[in-house]
Amino acid sequence: MHLKWFLLSAFRSAVTGGRRYHLWMGLLTLLMLLGAYGYGVQLREGLSVTGMNDHTSWGLYISNFTFLVGMAAAAVMLVLPAYVLEDVDFGKAVLIAEGVAVSALSMCLAFVVVDLGNPFASWHLTPGIGILNFPRSMLAWDVVVLNGYLALNSLIPFYILYSHYTGQKPNKSRYVPFVYLSVFWAVSIHLVTAFLLAGLPARPFWNHGLLGPRFLATAFTAGTAFMILLLWFIDNETEYEIDRGAFKKLAMITTVAAQVNLIMLGSEIFTEFYFPTHHAESARYLFFGLEGYDALVPWIRVALVLNLGATAVLTLHPLRENRYWLLGSCVVLFVAVWIDKGMGLVVPGFLP
Amino acid sequence: MSDRRDLTFEDLVRNAGASEARSRLEALTPDPGTLPGAPAGAQAPGPGGGCDSGSCGCGTNSQPPAPSNTLLDKPLDRRRALGTLFGALAVTSQAVGACSPVSMETDEEREAKLLEREEYFKGNYRLMTQEERTETIRRLERLAELRGQGDVRIRTDEALQGVMYGYAFNISKCKGFRNCVEACIHENNLDRGSNTQYIRIFEKVDGESINDLAHADATYGHEVPAEGHYYMGTQCFQCANPPCVYVCPVQATWQEPDGIVVVDYDWCIGCRYCMAACPYWARRFNWAEPSVPPGEVNPRQHYLGNRARKKGVVEKCTFCIQRTREGRLPACAESCPTGARVFGNLLDPNSDIRWVLEHKQVFRLKEDLGTEPRFWYFMD
Repeated sequence: MHLKWFLLSAFRSAVTGGRRYHLWMGLLTLLMLLGAYGYGVQLREGLSVTGMNDHTSWGLYISNFTFLVGMAAAAVMLVLPAYVLEDVDFGKAVLIAEGVAVSALSMCLAFVVVDLGNPFASWHLTPGIGILNFPRSMLAWDVVVLNGYLALNSLIPFYILYSHYTGQKPNKSRYVPFVYLSVFWAVSIHLVTAFLLAGLPARPFWNHGLLGPRFLATAFTAGTAFMILLLWFIDNETEYEIDRGAFKKLAMITTVAAQVNLIMLGSEIFTEFYFPTHHAESARYLFFGLEGYDALVPWIRVALVLNLGATAVLTLHPLRENRYWLLGSCVVLFVAVWIDKGMGLVVPGFLP
Repeated sequence: MSDRRDLTFEDLVRNAGASEARSRLEALTPDPGTLPGAPAGAQAPGPGGGCDSGSCGCGTNSQPPAPSNTLLDKPLDRRRALGTLFGALAVTSQAVGACSPVSMETDEEREAKLLEREEYFKGNYRLMTQEERTETIRRLERLAELRGQGDVRIRTDEALQGVMYGYAFNISKCKGFRNCVEACIHENNLDRGSNTQYIRIFEKVDGESINDLAHADATYGHEVPAEGHYYMGTQCFQCANPPCVYVCPVQATWQEPDGIVVVDYDWCIGCRYCMAACPYWARRFNWAEPSVPPGEVNPRQHYLGNRARKKGVVEKCTFCIQRTREGRLPACAESCPTGARVFGNLLDPNSDIRWVLEHKQVFRLKEDLGTEPRFWYFMD
């Protein structure tokens, strides 16, 4: 009975708000309808409408999926201290982080589904009635870890919020074990997604041991940068207040992640270009262009400059402490990582 | 040349147990499928294994899917099947009619829809019982007829015992005529809309490394052989260690006991992970609805080979499974005018392919990846 009222109130609070809120939601709905129409066209005509072909058989769907897995994984950076270390600063922020994880995961799964050529056959993945090629196929692993993470990140906040709703104090022994689990799980979702690509000897651009760690670094860069922006917005625009200390810690996490990411990027670039082999052709295509094909070159160079600039700004204490510099670098970092991963990762892997 | 080849194939079939093969070819239905985990040798009992009493009434559908090596009487079966079908139709058409009274569908459209619906719920080919296989073949053949593809026959011949296919390509002999490409398109009912081709013939300047296919021209349009150039072809190499098979999340692709890597087109979900995993660009995806002009459909089909594909699934070269399991050569090898293509049974010490492997200096592409292609290149 309580559950029904809980869901009803949740729905009500989701559809009430000021004029700006309704405008925003209306805009999102419009975009979703546009997407649904596009998907309708794709279902009718086939995946040929995406411009992919037998050579470059994965494109923006899969790369955005990869990027969003990182966003979802970054939620763990808040979960870990909030629940496990009982860091009160993060207490309020953590529910929002889990919300971000859930929406990022929903988009991930949507991206994978729209990438399927035969989505009506996706029931073949269900163990029991279909065949899930687990543990052999890394894609099967991804199906398992993503759905598991989605369940964890839906159920933990649900339990906490529902307890609040019914006026009870959440029982720690009930949910903290799952929190621990979700911490490990978060790392695993992004590592598994990296292994999905790194496990292919056919694609030397992905087939190296640094891909997984680099995925984590980019995730914690862009993910936490996004969290800072989101929390700042919530703090500013709503009555839901976020502790100052939370921003400070998040900024520190973003900075360190961005620095580690740059070290790994530098290491990758060194290996590719110090003594370029055949295997370096994907990287050469990405950074310099190959035989006149250089569509991605300006993008990746801009991303590189943005990455370097924002990381430098965040590294300097006075600038990081300044709200506007911090927020600005977060925007820049988010964009840079999105270009880096969303455009520069999947397509070059298929070249030459 | 062709004499020698015919001889080879006699050999091939003899070594594979020709009588068994032939008797099985006459029977339209294969032996009960081996389950994924079952060893290659654990195939169905040979002829006479289940039905040699002579008194069995295997024609009726009430038989359990137990190993009955039925020699189905084809016309009778089709009649009975159609009878059942129209019986079912009569029932469902009432239901459909009740739902949509203004339906303008013809009977044929309705029948096709019904068949498609039944097809949707079928399982992975390797897990189907004998009866389920017979049923799906019946539906697919009827659907092809309804769609104007003519009177197709879809076979399910299992791998011949004692056969492991291998291929060798003579770089010195290939002149780039691309008869193989053409024959492949027609034999395998490849999509004409997107001009799908399993075989690529690369033109390379003499002296250029064979390894560097990335910068070779596979789309030349001039007269061949061009002076100062050599030619080499690629297709699926049916690797002994196939990365494409490992990555499939639903086991829609696998390696048959005779080494052929096949795709269950109706089980494939279209994720294209196998395409990313293949180092040789051997797999093709149906980016749009594939089409073959009605008069050009090759009606001799195999469930795992050249039967009609649909939009959104992956397909690939199967060494013409519908031909080779009958003891014939793949279309590419048969059509080659220069004799550059050598195909045969690796387990037969007298086969041409074995002769090439024992007497020529051979190499394979990207051997460093450990995929162990069963496709060798050599020069005279």
